[in-house]
Amino acid sequence: MEDHEIETRGFVARAIFIFLAAAVLMLGLLARFVDLQILKHGDFSTRADENRIQVQPIAPDRGLIYDRRGVLLADNRPIRTLAVVAERVASLDTAIGELASLVDISDDEIAEFRRRIEQSRRPYEPVALKMNLTDEEVARIRVNGHRWAGIEVVEENLRYYPLGSLMVHAVGSVRRIDEDDLETLDAVRYSGTKFIGRFGVEQFYERSLHGEVGYRHVEIDVRGRVLRKLEELGEEPAVAGQNLTLHLDSRLQTAAYAALGERRGAIVALHPRSGGILALVSNPGYDPNPFITGIPQEEYRLLAGSPNTPLFNRATRGTYAPGSTFKPIVALAGLTAGVTDWERTIIDNGEFRLPGQRRVYRDWSWTPTNSGGQGIVDLRKAIFRSSNVYFYQLGTRVGIDSLGEFASQFGFGAATALDVDAADGVLPTRVWKKGDRGEDWYLGDTVNMSIGQGHLLVTPLQLATSAMVIANRGRWVQPRLLLSSDAGLSGFDAPSPPQPVRGPTEQDWEMLVDAMEDVVHRGNQGFRENGTAWFYIGQDIGYRMAGKSGSAQVVEIRQGEEYDEEALDERQRKHAWFIAFAPADDPRIAVSVLVENGGGGSSVAAPVAKEVIDAYLLPQYARL
Amino acid sequence: MANDFVRQLSLPGASRAPAVRLDAVLCISILAAIVLGLVVHYRDPVTFHGQLVRMVLGFAILVVVARIEPRRYLPWAPTIYGAALALLLVVLLFGAAAKGSQRWIDLPGLPRFQPSELMKVALPLMLAWYFHDRRIPLRFRDFLVALAIAAVPVLLVVRQPDLGTGVLVAASGLAVIFLAGASWRWLFGSLALGVAATPVLWMSLRDYQQERIRTLFNPETDPLGAGWSIIQSTTAIGSGGLLGKGYRESTQSRLDFLPESSTDFIIAVIGEEWGFVGILFLLFLYLVILARGLHLATLAPDRFGRLLAGGLMLTFFAHVFVNIAMVCGLVPVVGVPLPLVSYGGTSALSILIGCGIVMSIHTHRAGRR
Repeated sequence: MEDHEIETRGFVARAIFIFLAAAVLMLGLLARFVDLQILKHGDFSTRADENRIQVQPIAPDRGLIYDRRGVLLADNRPIRTLAVVAERVASLDTAIGELASLVDISDDEIAEFRRRIEQSRRPYEPVALKMNLTDEEVARIRVNGHRWAGIEVVEENLRYYPLGSLMVHAVGSVRRIDEDDLETLDAVRYSGTKFIGRFGVEQFYERSLHGEVGYRHVEIDVRGRVLRKLEELGEEPAVAGQNLTLHLDSRLQTAAYAALGERRGAIVALHPRSGGILALVSNPGYDPNPFITGIPQEEYRLLAGSPNTPLFNRATRGTYAPGSTFKPIVALAGLTAGVTDWERTIIDNGEFRLPGQRRVYRDWSWTPTNSGGQGIVDLRKAIFRSSNVYFYQLGTRVGIDSLGEFASQFGFGAATALDVDAADGVLPTRVWKKGDRGEDWYLGDTVNMSIGQGHLLVTPLQLATSAMVIANRGRWVQPRLLLSSDAGLSGFDAPSPPQPVRGPTEQDWEMLVDAMEDVVHRGNQGFRENGTAWFYIGQDIGYRMAGKSGSAQVVEIRQGEEYDEEALDERQRKHAWFIAFAPADDPRIAVSVLVENGGGGSSVAAPVAKEVIDAYLLPQYARL
Repeated sequence: MANDFVRQLSLPGASRAPAVRLDAVLCISILAAIVLGLVVHYRDPVTFHGQLVRMVLGFAILVVVARIEPRRYLPWAPTIYGAALALLLVVLLFGAAAKGSQRWIDLPGLPRFQPSELMKVALPLMLAWYFHDRRIPLRFRDFLVALAIAAVPVLLVVRQPDLGTGVLVAASGLAVIFLAGASWRWLFGSLALGVAATPVLWMSLRDYQQERIRTLFNPETDPLGAGWSIIQSTTAIGSGGLLGKGYRESTQSRLDFLPESSTDFIIAVIGEEWGFVGILFLLFLYLVILARGLHLATLAPDRFGRLLAGGLMLTFFAHVFVNIAMVCGLVPVVGVPLPLVSYGGTSALSILIGCGIVMSIHTHRAGRR
């Protein structure tokens, strides 16, 4: 019994010991809770909020772009995109595999997705895997996809160009922001933006079209899924970009496009009083919309590798010899320099030689059996018959320095359009040739330049501009696309217009316009007495048009073409040009037309120009 | 005995032997902890109903166990221990794998079952049986045999590998050995041996177990991997502050930042929603259960009952401590649920059976006299 008592007392002692030890351990735990919940409460509160609260940028709606009649040229269209946050996905391959079992994902889309994943991008940015999901696909992903982290259906507004390839070179387009952009873009302003204007108006007016980013606080779960807005924490709405209205006339653009048909070329139509660009066509074009939703590599390779260069904007970036369309400028330069007048005549027997040189410069009418020539030629006839010999003589008399200086007043050798990213072209001078070719300027260069050949290179936009300046009788206004915008455009100050062309008298302008009218309207006068374009467009025309044709020799054969003989032959043909404005005494439209390797300017380019002007001026086309 | 604090609940109509033999203080504390857990689980209907069913069943088993006289299963102790050992072997050889280790037995028609949980009751039972007729004071040989009885199942559990449960099984064995009156010198001696063997033990740990221990000391080194749970649980607890964010306002668990928020890490939810005050209440509740259980053990009529009751109560406390220390980032993350509160079956069952045994040991005292 005593043993039992001792044993019990021993057990009680150990039980008490154990309880006390347990109580001490509990106090230790409590100390830890005091530390976490009371001393460091602030830190952990912040940390819990950082876990769940995210400042989310709200992308502004990009400004819309309209043509002068209110036709929508650039729209925003809501689409749903299946996107993957690479950082939250355990295995990309598994995720793609599982998603591919839900929605149809092509190999192209997967390849494109992997390319975008590889690019440096913003961390935790959802990367599009498949765009343009249908309602059914969205439903399938929503039902099955919730168990995967990092898979999202993103709803976003995507740029959409309703007129597709018709307007692509006139309006430009946006592209997905890439790694190079990220280095230069304002990280805050563009924090919610996925696309940026890359070409044309979209690029030039990016600042105005983009708008201002907004932000909101959202609660996210551990998978980064947004659960709700936290309105109590404040929200700054995005400010939509400005809507722009352009001078472009989609009806005229359609007509111009149709007039070119399948032929490679460009058309620029200007409104002479305002300088507004009414139509700007570069054919072939391309549909910009697939570039926004993600164009398959193969399709892109076809576009980029095509010998017809659909991605290239000929109208603003293509440079060509102007050929005889340059002659009106030379004429005015000669009048200004006082080396000719409207009465002076020469005998054009089809050949021209520089003193002491054996080389023969021929008239365009030369054939192996007939030396050609236009007979007795004054300045007016030199223009409507496009006499080379007259202009060879005139150009060499004016001299390269005066000719170049005079021609520069028409915008050659410089990009004069206010809001178009255009090429400068080449208006050659002695200094330019020395610097560019390392050679002196020869008199022969001047001879070539007098008929718009040689080193002189112009864009279709520049030729249209020169036609417009002539239509305005020397008064200048810069070509422009923007007609109006919602509000004042930030960061855009229109420069004052250049001085009017100095030199020609009022009478000179009128005589020149008369001569250019003869190009179109002078007919039934006998052999070598008709305007060059009369046969093709002047016999049935409802208004007075002033024009000038040009057939520019393709001097150089570019590399890479010599392997394809058929193509080579075609590409060796002359470029067909025509510049025109109408009505001649009150011009409402000025046009330049280029048909690459089209042949004769009067026979090929002039009918195109007439179709375009008809569409603009004649009432029967107004319904189109 | 004079100071009998036990209030026996008698159902009306019961005659000589009370139909229900329960200790009121222990019962109320246990039920309070269970209810607290159910309140937390209420946010998820599936979990809530599952837990409700388990707890009702578990409590019914507690009531049944409390009716059984301890002497009845005294002779069965070696058999139960042997069966538990056998099951541990089976699970090692044929068990179903879950989360990288084999802990489960999957029998068709039966709920999934963890034999290591059975061992938490079987080992104290075996040791109590072993000590119940030893001569006092214990000889060194007795101590060594008792250590061996404890060591075999511990090693089997660690091999699964399940470090957490291994520690708990070891704790339940050592508690009984300590309460049986093992000399302090032996205890300290084996403790010193254990410390000396630490490097060897470290080498024998699996990579992921080593990783967990390393992460404990520096969770920020791997914030998205092994350190994630600790960072998120301390964030949840710390952001709760003194009074908490309010019922069902735990952002850490609602937004799934906190892993295992209804099982192992549930105390982080309590800390976040009910703050320090809620934690204080829960810890107090556990201390009351321990105190009452130990008190009942001291009142047990014989050595077997005392040791068994004391051992089971300490096992219970070890669960509580390891779980809470783990969630606060004081010990490595080992898969140990919080007794009576965490969602889960087997573990809750062994705890409730243990409590039932403790009650039966005490309430059958009168019958024995």
